[in-house]
Order: sequence, then C-alpha cells, then structure tokens
Amino acid sequence: METDQLIRTLAADNASRSRPVGSALAVALLVAAPFSIAAFFATLGFRSDIRTAMHNPFFDFKFVVTMSLAVSAIAVGVHLSRPDASPRGWLRLLLIPLVLVLLSAGVEMMLPHSRPWLVRLIGNNSRVCLTAIPALSLPLLVASLIALRHGAPTRPALTGALAGLLSAGLAATLYAAQCNDDSPLFVLTWYSIAAALVAAVGALAGSKLLRY
Amino acid sequence: MRGREDEWTDLMRLANAGDASAYQRLLRAVTPVLRAAARRGLVRAGQPADQAEDIVQDILLAVHLKRHTWDSRAAFAPWLFAIARNKLIDALRRRGRRIFVNIDDFAETIAGEPAAETVPAKDVDVHLGALPPRQRDVLRAIAVDSASIKATAAKLAMSEGAVRVALHRGLATLAARLRKE
Repeated sequence: METDQLIRTLAADNASRSRPVGSALAVALLVAAPFSIAAFFATLGFRSDIRTAMHNPFFDFKFVVTMSLAVSAIAVGVHLSRPDASPRGWLRLLLIPLVLVLLSAGVEMMLPHSRPWLVRLIGNNSRVCLTAIPALSLPLLVASLIALRHGAPTRPALTGALAGLLSAGLAATLYAAQCNDDSPLFVLTWYSIAAALVAAVGALAGSKLLRY
Repeated sequence: MRGREDEWTDLMRLANAGDASAYQRLLRAVTPVLRAAARRGLVRAGQPADQAEDIVQDILLAVHLKRHTWDSRAAFAPWLFAIARNKLIDALRRRGRRIFVNIDDFAETIAGEPAAETVPAKDVDVHLGALPPRQRDVLRAIAVDSASIKATAAKLAMSEGAVRVALHRGLATLAARLRKE
C-alpha cells in the first residue's frame, strides 16, 4: 500500500476517537472494584471492634495513607500514558503517602506506649497483610492494565508499576478496615512491602502489555 | 521550524474538531519528516535505508490510533516525535539491532532534503490480506480503490455505520499485527 493511500484511509477514519485514558481507567476500576470488595467481605470483613477503632486517629489515618497512594498513583499513571510525558516531577507525587506515614509514625513515637516500637512494627497481621493486599489488588490490577492499554506510554514497565501501586493503594484501603494493627510503623513496613510486590507484578506485566 | 510545528498543532486541533481534510493535510505534512528520520535510523543501524516506508506506515498507524493521548493544549510535534521515536526503536530492534535513537533525529530534519528512492512498503499489504474478510474488504475499498465510506457501504451492502466500525477495527488489527511481527 502506498503511504498516501494509508493517509487517505486514516483520514476517512478521523471520526473515530478512543476514550481518554483517564476515563477508561475510571470505568475499569468501577467494574473491577465490586470483585475486590466481594472478595474482602467473603474472606476478611470488617474487624469486630470497628466502631471503637473509628475513634482511634491512627486507625483513621491508615485510610488517608492508602487513599493518598491510590490517588497519586492514578494521577502519575494517567500522566505516563502520554508518549511525551516526562516522569520527572510527577513521580514526586508518590512521596505524599510516604511522607504522611512517616509523619504519623513520628507522632506515634512521641506518645507513651505500653508496647515497645519493634513489637508495634512487627504487629500481629504481617502475613495476612502480605497476602490480602496483593490478592485484593489483582482484579484492580488487571482492570488498570487493560485501561492503560488505551494509552501510549514511553515507559511501559514504569507505567505498569504505577498500575500496581494504584491497585495496591485501593486494596490496602479495604484491608485496613480489617487489620487491627494501627501503628504507622506497621503500615510503613508491611503495607509498603505488599505494595512493592504488586508494583513489581505490574511492572512485569506492563513491560509486555503496555507496548503499543 | 517553529512555524511548521505551530501549523501542525493547528491542523491537529482542526482534525480533533472533526475536520478530516485538515487531518489528511497534517499526515501528509509530517510524512517526509518521519521518512527522513526513519532512513537516518536505518542507516545508523547498518540497515538498508530503502526500507523506511514500512516504518513510516507503522508510525502513521500508531499516531492515528493513539491520537487521543495528545493533549490539545500542548504542541503537537513533541508528541509526534515521541511516538515516532518509540516506533523507530521498535522497528530497528525487530531488525535485530539495539540502537539508541536521538529525538533530535526528528526535530532537525532539513527542509530541502532530497526525496530519496524508497522501496514500496509491504508490511501493511501482507497483514491486510490476513484480516477478517469484512475489515479487509472495507480497507481495500477505501485505501486501494479510493472509495468513499458511502460508496463502500453501497458496494458491500453494509450500513455506513458498519463500514466505519469495520474500517476502525481493521486499522487497529493491522497495527496490532504489525507490532507482533
């Protein structure tokens, strides 16, 4: 085919237009969320003392941290799906959840405690945390990767890692309602490891699936 | 140089507003720039430069299918060159060489560069023949026989809407198969 024939053909298709990546991602997450939520209630459910826990600021702050991870990863992921996007500057958004959790850990350290800090860090639920967050994030990760295929990322692996982080952030928001370890030290350690695991899976999948 | 790129941005904005002829003008305007960069990339990778046309068509398809990722408040050229660079690296890698493509390859194309001889592209034709029959017939009618959407619909006894859908799916399938090649 002559290039000019191809050009005429593309022009004939000018009316077609794909959905912007941001709205494709929003739809995909809305479709996938019920699967993660159903899996959460089927296996874990709210912790039994959730009513009292809600009065503990450290319990509430877990949601601030996990949701800030989800939101910042969504923003960076959508940005990176543009071919001319530079990750510089944008990746700094991901420091927001980290700074928040470090700040709350600092506050907690200054308060008197019955348990030493290492005991709070190790907690009671590290194994559940490392299983539940990756497992609950799976439907969201698959959906995010499908949505981000609408984009044209210059760095497919990095964009895939962001898909992992945003899924982990959302999954951790669910898991936090079950976990009775509220210490920021626990969140800083185990939630981060879980999120890094999902990010690694996302990066691997992204390097294959997000090429265009 | 600045003027040319501003013109591209204007044309792409018109295209997004539904002006197909502005879109066609834009694609025609960028093609020589893409071709020159593809030739240069091939030469630097020690490949025959006359294969540039397949790469140019691959880039044009990607531009078409990913144009919703262009932010219409930004300039068009950096977006175009990012897509082109990505596709060129891909094409050279498939030809067995790892090579670094400099983005300046696209930006610094000299206006009066002579049009070099190029072997006609064949990748698209190879994959066109293997498309599902409907997509293939629609693409052939529009690309090769220069038929309009309306004439194609009449000829193939399809609705115009169905022709549009088959056209778009056909282009997307072509791009996917070129990528897997």
